[in-house]
Amino acid sequence: MTKTIFEKHTAGRKGFSLPKNDVTTSNGIPAKFARKKTPFIPELSELDVLRHYTELGDKNHCIEKGFYPLGSCTMKYNPKINETLVRNAAFNNLHPYQNPDSAQGALEIMYDLQNDLAQLSGFAGVTLQPVAGAHGEFAGLKVMRAYHQSKGNEKNEIILPDSAHGTNPASVTLAGYKVVEIKSNEKGMVDIEDLRAATNEKTAGFMLTNPNTLGIFESSFEEIAKIIHEVDGLMYMDGANFNALLGRVKPGEIGFDIMHYNLHKTFGTPHGGGGPGSGPIGVNEKLLKFLPIPMVNKNETEYFFDYSHEETSIGHLHTFFGNFAINFRAYLYIKMLGAKGLERVSENAIINANYIMRKLEDYYYIPHEEGCMHEFVASGKWQKDKYGVSTLDIAKRILDKGFHAPTVYFPLIVKEAMMIEPTETESKETLDEFIAAMIEIAKEAEENPEILHNSPLNTPIRRVDDTLAVRELNVRFPIEN
Amino acid sequence: MPFISNTDEQRQQMLKEIGVEKFSDLLVHIPSKFIQKHHIDMDEPLSELELSRKVAKLASKNIADANSFLGGGIYDHFIPAAVDHIILKPEFHTAYTPYQAEVSQGTLQYIYEYQTLICELTGMDISNAGMYDGATASAEAILMAVRKTKKNKAIIAGTLNPKYLAVIKAYTEGIGVKLEIIDNKDGVVDLEALKATVDNDTACVLVQTPNFLGNLEDMFAIEEITHSSKKALLIVAVDPISLQLLNSPKEYKADIVLGEGQALGNAMNFGGPLFGFLATTSKLTRSIPGRIVGATLDADGNRAYTLTLQAREQHIRRAKATSNICSNDALCGLAATVYMSLMGKDGLHQVAEYSATKAHYLAEEISKIDGFELAFEQPFFKEFAIKTPVSPAEIINKLEAKKIFPGIDLARFGHENLLLIAVTEKKSKEEMDELVSALMEVTND
Repeated sequence: MTKTIFEKHTAGRKGFSLPKNDVTTSNGIPAKFARKKTPFIPELSELDVLRHYTELGDKNHCIEKGFYPLGSCTMKYNPKINETLVRNAAFNNLHPYQNPDSAQGALEIMYDLQNDLAQLSGFAGVTLQPVAGAHGEFAGLKVMRAYHQSKGNEKNEIILPDSAHGTNPASVTLAGYKVVEIKSNEKGMVDIEDLRAATNEKTAGFMLTNPNTLGIFESSFEEIAKIIHEVDGLMYMDGANFNALLGRVKPGEIGFDIMHYNLHKTFGTPHGGGGPGSGPIGVNEKLLKFLPIPMVNKNETEYFFDYSHEETSIGHLHTFFGNFAINFRAYLYIKMLGAKGLERVSENAIINANYIMRKLEDYYYIPHEEGCMHEFVASGKWQKDKYGVSTLDIAKRILDKGFHAPTVYFPLIVKEAMMIEPTETESKETLDEFIAAMIEIAKEAEENPEILHNSPLNTPIRRVDDTLAVRELNVRFPIEN
Repeated sequence: MPFISNTDEQRQQMLKEIGVEKFSDLLVHIPSKFIQKHHIDMDEPLSELELSRKVAKLASKNIADANSFLGGGIYDHFIPAAVDHIILKPEFHTAYTPYQAEVSQGTLQYIYEYQTLICELTGMDISNAGMYDGATASAEAILMAVRKTKKNKAIIAGTLNPKYLAVIKAYTEGIGVKLEIIDNKDGVVDLEALKATVDNDTACVLVQTPNFLGNLEDMFAIEEITHSSKKALLIVAVDPISLQLLNSPKEYKADIVLGEGQALGNAMNFGGPLFGFLATTSKLTRSIPGRIVGATLDADGNRAYTLTLQAREQHIRRAKATSNICSNDALCGLAATVYMSLMGKDGLHQVAEYSATKAHYLAEEISKIDGFELAFEQPFFKEFAIKTPVSPAEIINKLEAKKIFPGIDLARFGHENLLLIAVTEKKSKEEMDELVSALMEVTND
């Protein structure tokens, strides 16, 4: 257990230095507005702070420590050069309100990235403003709404499959639409008859993750798009799994109208323990005029912020232009890989996933085993039914073996689901180690299930009591002053 | 370079073990007409060295070392070097959201510390783990108030950061929330107009202090008016640095407190990434959007941390979640936590005190120049509006040639001939005097 930073406080200790104040003016704050009770901010030396956070860091698993097969999250290794280059003071000291003519380097990056992303996905235009996948979904749904309003369409329903990420239905609600959920068929794909039955003149659009959350490409996609487009609905693609399609399939050319990218999954930004990410959206020609303002554009002499579609735009979704420094990383990543490098990303991601799947199919139930894209879903069903070992137990035991666990209990349509995404950056040796560990765990489940129930045993802490955390809510360190 | 470990030989071996001959056999589920026949047309890949050279060239097209007085929600405060060293630690930087608590205690504990610090600054009972930025935090706070009160009228001070207002409009359009904007009077909320607007349908009143024009709002008076309606919630947007000197929102009984957290240890980065903080009273705990970390025990009875109250969130509650937010800007929250830990009580206080005193020095000096005067007779913190004798756009263009960014032209926000000037502790007297001389020259031209 590491004490909190508050427990390491020593009054009078200093971890900062500032130049002396060179003016003698008063601070001008009238007594009425002056704070009565000062906040408690701990006092530590710089070394204290470094030791504290180093100690905390040691308790985290991370990509640079080991394999991180967290399905749907694309936990790949990201280039270090990105981190060096985005820290260039000529970029990270830029203020969003300075004249664009003094930030032409930054605008050029934004303009180029808009185009590169559009080129990779086959869309007519891309906005970089949304800062996360869910933010992109919201942006896409607002665009849908604006489109239907402009046509006088009275629509209020969005259809999505039961395998969808939780953010999809949550974004639908936030955008003021009603969720219509349809069931997936036994192959984990959209049930066309169900979709047909759910689609009517109220259908504003359909949200689909493709490849879907089972890692399978929706092969009847053309039919799906036709059904939705027949009622003037729009096809939205959740691009969380775009890593599987890089350089090979352009969603904008096969019938999707809108898509969000998760730059932090696909394009060179580490996830940072929960962000910052970036969730740009691409749209087709007819939707361009609804994109958030401003876009970045270019004339003969310079790059500029383009507000020309303000009248029809859905407006602003972020204080400024989105997560510039994250978009910058994506720009660098794309420039370094080029078209062929991006193709190799999807190729290796797909091979790695299929390899693990084949090697585990005799040990774990694989509900849809006809071949996956960049990830697949296994199930702990056999272990649960035969030995009373749950997927949670298996996941915790995986931690003991030095790996991060897969995404568990998602998608909801597979019982005891374990969603495994190795990513392209992992080597065969690492995959083999993981496979060996998974096989060992399957044997432990059979021979010594207790060890799984009790796991993890080798992690910085043992299994946490989540119920206690809710029952006796403690969300801030108690400070007495 | 695509950062791939496997060799051609390994790939072949893996394909064989998968049971296919070639890679394209793995793509048989994709209708072949969907697959690109050629390489996508893009620039040729660059080596690391070429990429660095390209960035150096792009960097030369930016001016990022000007004597700048730009603010408007993003501020150039000092950041100790140690902050970046900590956020670059791969254990924080290359980890995912802490869903597996047993191997994520580092992230979970710093979020718990972050939440505690935000509670200390604001005086609130509970803070979430952070939002995207101040603008989306304000939109989410309004949605939270609408859900909690089951009322649909949100009253917003016209002195709110206009970018926040724009985002609020986008977030509330089409879902039955009625926005009422209160005009400003002498650079602060018109209290009479506010009084006339608050009624029984009011879900909340959202006010920013210091407001967008830099002025301090009379939060005690605003609180009284807001809470005169039984259910209405008082939402306040604050500058976290200002809370060292200004009333804590608890002192004026705010219900929800939010703000832009960038000033706490994060570079300006052309406006992103930023992070929003959001804190509230324990009464509103279950309406909070986003992640929350709680302390608990592990199986051995040791103190441990975990994501808690997850039943509010999208991955559990789906369409009925309190928000769609999943990834936030966690690492920016870590930067803020480390920043506050390094600066400590005295450091943070000095940052606030120096910023305020320097801002007042500069305001006095500029007011002495013929034709320039403070736009409002209101108390302010580190930012103030100046009435200018020539258009701010002209001043800005002329001073840019001298590498001085004098401030924000408020014309685009409906205030003609007003220049918004921000000062942080980083500004030396010399730099401020340079601005004053340059402004004098402009008017003498």
